[in-house]
Amino acid sequence: MNPKRCAACKYLRRRCPKDCIFSPYFPPSDPDKFSCIHRIYGAGNVSKMLQQLPVQTRAEAVESLSFEARCRVQDPVYGCVGIISLLQTQIQKTQTLLAKTQAEIAVAQTKHSQHTYL
Amino acid sequence: MRGHEPRSSSSCAACKLLKRRCTPTCIFAPHFRSSDQITFAKVHKVFGASNVSKLLSEVPEEQRQETVNSLAYEADVRLKDPVYGCIGAIASLQKKMLELQHDIAVARNRLLAHNAAGGVNNNNSHLLVSPLVDDASQLAAFLDLVPYSDLMLLDGSGLDAYLFDIGQPPFV
Repeated sequence: MNPKRCAACKYLRRRCPKDCIFSPYFPPSDPDKFSCIHRIYGAGNVSKMLQQLPVQTRAEAVESLSFEARCRVQDPVYGCVGIISLLQTQIQKTQTLLAKTQAEIAVAQTKHSQHTYL
Repeated sequence: MRGHEPRSSSSCAACKLLKRRCTPTCIFAPHFRSSDQITFAKVHKVFGASNVSKLLSEVPEEQRQETVNSLAYEADVRLKDPVYGCIGAIASLQKKMLELQHDIAVARNRLLAHNAAGGVNNNNSHLLVSPLVDDASQLAAFLDLVPYSDLMLLDGSGLDAYLFDIGQPPFV
């Protein structure tokens, strides 16, 4: 077998052609990356998704798919959506805290100006 | 008149799309009603029906609807943003969070300055010392997973497009 097969073709047990759509993004040194993506999305879906993208964006797409797949493996119910929900909740709490702080500033300003006036 | 046995006309959205008979034990049927074929179509396009079936079979039954909801959201975002998917949303939210942290720090300094000028010993200063996040360890773990520099992908525009309606019960 060709030792230079990409991780995807190794996983799929097939020959790795010169124009393999996976090979630029799935080096043989990182087999887990493809196996995780394959588990969640499937090789066919990933191949279709990549084919529909301009070449210069495919690396970023693979990284984001890889991240989402890892999140889904770690958390099968929520995946990376759990992180989004967590961030949204934290943003809400932080906005509330900011509003409280700004209200305290307004009160302090009022007190200060009254004190100065008197 | 027959009882409540399922007929082909009550196939779930998944079985309709996959053009197969919907059985009483269909794993998709409770979560993909025939009236909403678009949701399943999106999920199928991104994840594939067999992968979704495997994912659902691996989670407890009572958590399957939540799983479907999150898969549907991910699929929807991925179809709108084929390059970054949910990572774009996370990057935007994180940027928003950092902006808020900055605003909090500025506001806090202003308040301390006011209080110092007024000779006030602000016993409430502990309220201003954030933990800005209650689940700091979760967020830290996430930030370890994706380095900050890699998350600054978007300029924060279009944030609203990524927001859950968190008026709905949150996923977590």
